[in-house]
Amino acid sequence: MKCDYACESMEHTVGRRAFLSSLMAGSLAGSLGVAAGLGGAMLGQSAVASQFKAGNKRVLNIFLHGGVSQLESWDPKPNTDTGGPFRAIPTTVPGMHICELLPHTAKQMHHLSLIRSLDTKNGDHGRGHVEMTTGRKQMPGTDYPHLGAVSAKLLSPENFSLPGHILIRGAGSSNHKAAYLGPKYSSVTMEDGQPPQFTKRPESLTSQADLARNALRERMNDRFAGKRRTADTDAYAYSYEQALDLLAQRDVFDTSKESTKDQERYGQSEFGRHCLLARRLLEHNVPFVQVNHSNYDTHHENFDFHIEQLGEFDLPFATLISDLAERGLLQDTLVCVMSEFGRTPKINSRYGRDHWGTAWSVLLGGCGIQPGAIIGKTNDNGTQVVDRVVDHGHVFHTILQAVKVDSTGEFTIGSRKFPIADPAKEPIKELLA
Amino acid sequence: MNLQPQQPATPLVQPDKTHQILEYKHTRPLISCCWDSKSRYVFFGAEDNIIHRYEVASKNVVPLQAHDSWVRAMGVTPDGETVLTAGYDGRLVTWDMKDVSKAKRVVDAHIGWARALAISPDGKQVATCGNDQFVKLWDIAEGRLIREFSGHQSHVYYVAFTADGKQLLSCDLKGHLKLWSIEEPDRKTDVVKAEALTKYDTTFRADIGGARSMATNADGSILAMAGITNVSNAFAGVGEVAVVLVDWQKSKITQTLESKDKTRGTAWGVAYHPDGFWLAVTAGSGGWLYFWKGDIAHEFFKLKLKSDGRGMSLSPDNRQVAVAHADNHLRLYDMNA
Repeated sequence: MKCDYACESMEHTVGRRAFLSSLMAGSLAGSLGVAAGLGGAMLGQSAVASQFKAGNKRVLNIFLHGGVSQLESWDPKPNTDTGGPFRAIPTTVPGMHICELLPHTAKQMHHLSLIRSLDTKNGDHGRGHVEMTTGRKQMPGTDYPHLGAVSAKLLSPENFSLPGHILIRGAGSSNHKAAYLGPKYSSVTMEDGQPPQFTKRPESLTSQADLARNALRERMNDRFAGKRRTADTDAYAYSYEQALDLLAQRDVFDTSKESTKDQERYGQSEFGRHCLLARRLLEHNVPFVQVNHSNYDTHHENFDFHIEQLGEFDLPFATLISDLAERGLLQDTLVCVMSEFGRTPKINSRYGRDHWGTAWSVLLGGCGIQPGAIIGKTNDNGTQVVDRVVDHGHVFHTILQAVKVDSTGEFTIGSRKFPIADPAKEPIKELLA
Repeated sequence: MNLQPQQPATPLVQPDKTHQILEYKHTRPLISCCWDSKSRYVFFGAEDNIIHRYEVASKNVVPLQAHDSWVRAMGVTPDGETVLTAGYDGRLVTWDMKDVSKAKRVVDAHIGWARALAISPDGKQVATCGNDQFVKLWDIAEGRLIREFSGHQSHVYYVAFTADGKQLLSCDLKGHLKLWSIEEPDRKTDVVKAEALTKYDTTFRADIGGARSMATNADGSILAMAGITNVSNAFAGVGEVAVVLVDWQKSKITQTLESKDKTRGTAWGVAYHPDGFWLAVTAGSGGWLYFWKGDIAHEFFKLKLKSDGRGMSLSPDNRQVAVAHADNHLRLYDMNA
């Protein structure tokens, strides 16, 4: 598979077979075919929910693939040797300035907060993606579950029949691993915002025939269960019921059901459409939604490309935040905007910025996050963090604690225990509401 | 069409003798430069929001401060009395050459970046263009907006007057070259789309391209547009330098000038020399000066520079070239032995 990054690293290449198998397992998989995965997931929810008492919280992660420049977004340094040509503009938070490329977002910053002191010590795309979304240092031979998988497992409401971990992508990462949590918590991908595969009855199968077929399955199942019922057969049967529930809720994935006015407000750009879809999914209580926006890997003409990319990002993102706030969803929805890393303060000879994990920024807001805060500080030209150094581990803890998950707890998988987040790290407590 | 108009009986310069004669080190990387019309000064912009006036004889440098962002567009009126600059802050600033310690006038000309300006042949008007997709025409003496031209659907990268001063040519990010009548603003012509100079990179999901510089030949019939072509990776700058020549009256691309060895990078400055050749400065692979005869696609000479060249200006006597370099230097090159 072709690499998506300007530096042409290969870390993000994903085997199609792995991707498809994950999708199949997590997405009800053709609803009537591969069914055991989700059934198992749902049967486990009750115990998990009671273990963590997380309530009905949600996480929205906007991933700016390639590494957005902190200097052209959340931590501008205008008129310095590293600052580039853009100016800083005031936001709705007194004293907080962000880059002029984000005028609409600036009007929503009273809902949001900034962490300007990430030092993740990494400039590699693949590693950065893994570390930012798992909260762990990448180690050979060790896989940790993606934030989406953790959220799906811990935040899915009881008997929740939609996928708990949805990735909306036009590009960027395409498979979020669930690791030891099991493939049922892997991402269900909505390619270009299209509904998950196999959630629509094939046209060749009439509704009548489908009902008859299901009735036959139920009769045979009941007959089988009467003699040899086991937990496995129950799970298998349950997965079919969940699949049917999902088929019945297919409209959840359909933004054409939104008003024309809303579709206009979000715009017709890919990211705009995806943000509207994210709102719709969050309104239906999907516990984890990630929207990818690609690409920011601007080794060449960084400034022109940030005009293009952030120009596409700004209005839909601001509209989404505004809507979540107005509809009362933001109080239960944690919002994060992250990348693999930031970009070098030094501007190269091609007007580009390269990979930089030493001093960069992440945005958090909504559920459990103190609004309007700025955590940490970089020096005058952004070359190093001078206050409150944090990394992916701290951010991961903070996100989970913000949605009322005890991130210091453990998953019990079989007889083994796995820490939910890196035990060596802790949340950014002063950012928590 | 003959792309080599009447050459002087005795050539003014010998391109293959081009050599550096002077350099000035600044504190930040340079992004643009421009000779004044009397050959006394070279103005340059840098990554520091300030324009600098470098006096060639004395090597004295005077800062011009009125912009709030980088400045890539600058020009001097033919009489040498007035300097005009336009920056990424969207401002058009007028300076009196006799006293550049403060701006004579500051106008918010564009929303977003002002990318280029062109001064009319009579020195009375200046045209600007920018990311707001407008081309605008201003009265220099009064700072008054005379007219604005809308029709581009992406950032407008460069603008030039035709030789008679009655029309404007402008090129945008997507390579669309348009011709505007100053007297009849509703009369516009889509001249060509320079496909070689634009690309939507489907991997990175962004447009790259546009004319980074434009110039006309001696009789004004041919317009050269400099940029990047054959882009395979926009975000890593994997593409080759190119200059597209357009017979704008016939809406026809007559030649695409390229490097023999497929030099990686972007042509950031282009000029026509009255000896009958085009020259361009490039960045992206260490910086080169290229010399082409317009009827042949490949260069007849090229000179390796010390650093990437981000802007270029031909001296009024056509004997020297000033280059704005990414390694903080302004360098002057003489095209004679």
